Amino acid sequence: MPTASEISKSVHEGKSTAVDAVNSALRAIADRNDELGAFVSVCEDHAIAQAKRIDALPADKKKRLPLAGVPIALKDNICTDFAPTTCSSKILASFNPPYSAHVTERLIDAGAVVVGKTNLDEFAMGSSTENSATCITRNPWDRERVPGGSSGGSAVSVAADMTPIALGSDTGGSIRQPASLTGVVGLKPTYGRVSRYGLVAFGSSLDQIGPFAKTAEDAALLLGVIAGADTRDSTCVSTDVADYVGALNESIVGKKIGIPREYFAEGLGDETRKHVEAAIEVLRGLGAETVDVELPLTKYGIACYYLIATAEASSNLARYDGVHYGHRSEKAGDIVEMYSASREEGFGAEVKRRIMLGTYALSSGYYDAYYLRAMKVRTLLRRDLENAFKKVDVICSPVTPSTAFKIGEKTSDPLAMYLADVYTITANLAGIPAMSVPCGFDSAGLPIGLQLMGPAFSEAMLLNVAHQYQLNTEHHKRVPA
Amino acid sequence: MSKPLTESEVRHIAMLGRLQLSDDEIAMMTEELSAIVGYVDQLSEVDVEGVEPTAHAVNVQNVFRDDVVRDSIGPDKALANAPQREDSFFRVPKVLDQDTV
Repeated sequence: MPTASEISKSVHEGKSTAVDAVNSALRAIADRNDELGAFVSVCEDHAIAQAKRIDALPADKKKRLPLAGVPIALKDNICTDFAPTTCSSKILASFNPPYSAHVTERLIDAGAVVVGKTNLDEFAMGSSTENSATCITRNPWDRERVPGGSSGGSAVSVAADMTPIALGSDTGGSIRQPASLTGVVGLKPTYGRVSRYGLVAFGSSLDQIGPFAKTAEDAALLLGVIAGADTRDSTCVSTDVADYVGALNESIVGKKIGIPREYFAEGLGDETRKHVEAAIEVLRGLGAETVDVELPLTKYGIACYYLIATAEASSNLARYDGVHYGHRSEKAGDIVEMYSASREEGFGAEVKRRIMLGTYALSSGYYDAYYLRAMKVRTLLRRDLENAFKKVDVICSPVTPSTAFKIGEKTSDPLAMYLADVYTITANLAGIPAMSVPCGFDSAGLPIGLQLMGPAFSEAMLLNVAHQYQLNTEHHKRVPA
Repeated sequence: MSKPLTESEVRHIAMLGRLQLSDDEIAMMTEELSAIVGYVDQLSEVDVEGVEPTAHAVNVQNVFRDDVVRDSIGPDKALANAPQREDSFFRVPKVLDQDTV
């Protein structure tokens, strides 16, 4: 499948049409989705109508659309006023948002065409997309394995060439981890870079929407469309949006790459280590220098994250009470029973577990020991990174300790599933940008990702490094059988 | 620091979280939450003396906008997903007990 940059260019030049591009994506979805389970809904009529509108525009107007005719998939926690938004939860199974998310509006204004909504772990809570109430999503590199999560559907849509680009959301690694496990590029922007208006809230101080693509170039193009201020999200900042595409070809000679020893310690798989280290060697070959850095509090990240994220989730998910929208229990007696029964019937096991943990961490007598303490450790984790970024431009590490695991392998042990998030969650706690770039395959043919982390608002630099790496490697060109 | 949670504590948390958990779920949740709480207890090792908490990664405070009248989505759109509607209202079961009225 051509990249988003290629499709848009071809539509600009009148060599192909938006309808062609959208039809080809819809055909790919029809061919592959039954097997892979990436999409929970496909909005064919909307997509064709949208594509026809673009094709009908005069040439000069078309040329001003950076994503002219480019098919895109949206994670199903991003609101669309033309398609249901379910969060892969029974409680929102029939929810039709009365408005579209800011990013949805930006995409449509840029000429992109939303072809469908993708599967996720219910309310984005999980690392394998197995917590979906809708379907199982399979990894195209080995269909018995998970694609990662929670944005597993969006990752697979790109990995299996159903759409050239997709959007996901990342609260603790939910873009980068599935990108790594399916061999695509995934980027979590700086907190506040992209408006969260219309993103169903999970952990409001951590959530960010970001791109999936095959190439850093496409990720740069897509980020440029969705980034920027929005008055409907007061945490979205007005800092200038960089020219992400323009910065791709800068030289990386002399760039200082920090290698945190804590990210290469016990628990990291041998094959993953080997390929990540080889990727760092490629960057050194391009003129970058490596510097050892220390992030001594890394091991406390998971405990810190799972207290803060669940505390925020338990508050955010209080809105699902069966009153205004979503599932309402039939067995409602008084109103409190109606709330409790609707939530019991509508939420899956992992969501209940996190509401319980978050409620506990915020409850009287435990707030200081858990939630407040976690917020203080968060300050220290941020300081660790700020100190590291005084010495280096970018920090390189693995994204995950190992490659994709088997479906069902970790579902019985929730804590084990949490522990695999060790390398990704610090970026969310610190609010910094981080991305995953394909850097090789293990001996079973499963993809491995290299993580790049940078200081706040350094997305252009991360994309530049990733692009230079991709110009000199072939991993992103390999396609699943 | 922590001891395992008891089933009665878990029932109390479920009530606070408005989750009508089954007995089986309470039993399983007691075990799982005890393991997770046991793990997160490692934060007690970190010296946080004098450290300010971080609630948000970006320090934005009190973002104001002009107080002007704007269109909103209107009652029909707002009520379109209502499980039960009556006129321009969301209909719910009784809120107060007969004897507290």
